[in-house]
Amino acid sequence: MTLLLDLIALLKGDTQADRIVPRTGQTARLTAAVSGAMAFLAVFALALSLAAGRLADRWAEALAQSATIRLSAPEAEIEAQTQAILTILAQTPGIATARALSDDEQRALLEPWFGPDLPLADLPVPRLIEIKETAEGFDALGLRQRLAAETPGAVLDDHTRWRRPLIDAADRLRLLGWVSLILILGSTAAMITLAAQAALALNQQVLRVLRLVGARDSYIARAFVRRFTHRALTGAGVGAALGTLAIALLPRAADEGAFLSGLGFQGASWLWPLTIPPLAAATAFWATRIAALRRLRGLR
Amino acid sequence: MIEMQDAAYGYGATPILSDMTLRLAPGSFHFLTGPSGAGKTTLLKLCYAELLATAGTITLFGQDANGLDRDAIARTRQRIGVVHQDCEFLDHLPVSENIALPLVVAGRDSADQDSNLKELIAWVGLSGRAHARPPELSGGERQRAALARAIIMDPDVILADEPTGNVDWDMSLRLLNLLCELNRMGKTIVIATHDLALIRAAKAQVQARVLRIADGRLTAAGTNL
Ligand SMILES: Nc1ncnc2c1ncn2[C@@H]1O[C@H](COP(=O)(O)OP(=O)(O)O)[C@@H](O)[C@H]1O
Ligand SMILES: [Mg+2]
Repeated sequence: MTLLLDLIALLKGDTQADRIVPRTGQTARLTAAVSGAMAFLAVFALALSLAAGRLADRWAEALAQSATIRLSAPEAEIEAQTQAILTILAQTPGIATARALSDDEQRALLEPWFGPDLPLADLPVPRLIEIKETAEGFDALGLRQRLAAETPGAVLDDHTRWRRPLIDAADRLRLLGWVSLILILGSTAAMITLAAQAALALNQQVLRVLRLVGARDSYIARAFVRRFTHRALTGAGVGAALGTLAIALLPRAADEGAFLSGLGFQGASWLWPLTIPPLAAATAFWATRIAALRRLRGLR
Repeated sequence: MIEMQDAAYGYGATPILSDMTLRLAPGSFHFLTGPSGAGKTTLLKLCYAELLATAGTITLFGQDANGLDRDAIARTRQRIGVVHQDCEFLDHLPVSENIALPLVVAGRDSADQDSNLKELIAWVGLSGRAHARPPELSGGERQRAALARAIIMDPDVILADEPTGNVDWDMSLRLLNLLCELNRMGKTIVIATHDLALIRAAKAQVQARVLRIADGRLTAAGTNL
């Protein structure tokens, strides 16, 4: 209930109640500056997170989790070796399905290059085996060694697999971005708490006089909370705006691939920085409220 | 409205007051006297719940003071006007806003109180000083500003702790006259003072009881001062 009143008072503003707390220039500037700096950093952490996430998604899509085995063998052995490979694949962990392409499918694949009347049986065209891997993926090195030992004519082609560590790195980067955001938020809360405590200590006499003339704790706390919330909101607004501007002004390198050019916001994600000032204000609201009520409890 | 039954208080282990039994009837006028350090300020603090009795009971407007939560204490203080011994103000606000402060914090501030405020400031003789800051006031002006702040909420009880503490005799009489006038308007008054001349001066104007604190106990002082 008092919380609701706090929020209403915050939105409405109460110039008379604001006057009961003297202006403390230093803590005011400190709060605004810290909020601004933190909001600036938060924009970068946010951009990093979103960009890393986009990169990871794009690479994961390209990977498509498929590979191919090409088998070249004398005509007489080809069926037996195909069966051998399928057996090996069935025993390999991380492989979802494996399937030898039929003659018709191979012909369809080659048709664009050689025309429809390809005498497939007379040509030394390798047999293709299509592999779909599971999300965990398979051990390519182990598979390759086993194929070399048991079916020397088979070649594992997994051209996209090299990207997997990059995807892991991008995922990790996204996580680090979010962790940074949480740390920034926590630091903001800590610093605003310190600033609020300093202001409250400086105004000990004000608190005592207010209590003695019959002010309720929530009333007194509100005056401080309003002050600090406004400062944090203003500071974070400026910081977030500058951070967003800095990102917008990042020079664009190549359109595709280059990681640095991907650091930024795209489309609707430009709206994300808008969440930072309210978040800073909410942090200041709670930090100041808790600090004020705790301080007041030490007074009768 | 304020009652004490065998109330006691001590800062830490040392008892300051014990066996305090007292009833402040509506419209009564009490002097609280005793040597410096006897516990007059302590007793008044018990009356507005800045201190809580360590034994016995203190009843404020029918409620046990020890059972009041912080909001209830605030509401109780809105009904008791206190002139504190070291009358502290908000030094960054002008005198007039300091006097209006109890109204503001009680959420009762509005334009129609404005003429009341002006009248009150004139009554305590501070019209010319309304825009001054508290640190610019003389001792007597501070005491009168504190008195005005104590009565702005039109409380039934007024507790004044050494209201003539650091003012000259003329100003003391002026403050006493204001308090006597308030009593004639029906207010319950308690004045803590070690100044016996002030008590004698009051006897001509009001029917006052004199209580004396000595050795941590409350006794009714004889009329022969
Ligand atoms: N906050 C305090 N802590 C410890 N002792 C105190 C405190 N305030 C007052 N005292 C002691 O309590 C006694 C009574 O003080 P007080 O009520 O101020 O006396 P008076 O107002 O009659 O001069 C004094 O001995 C004083 O030293
Ligand atoms: Mg005293």
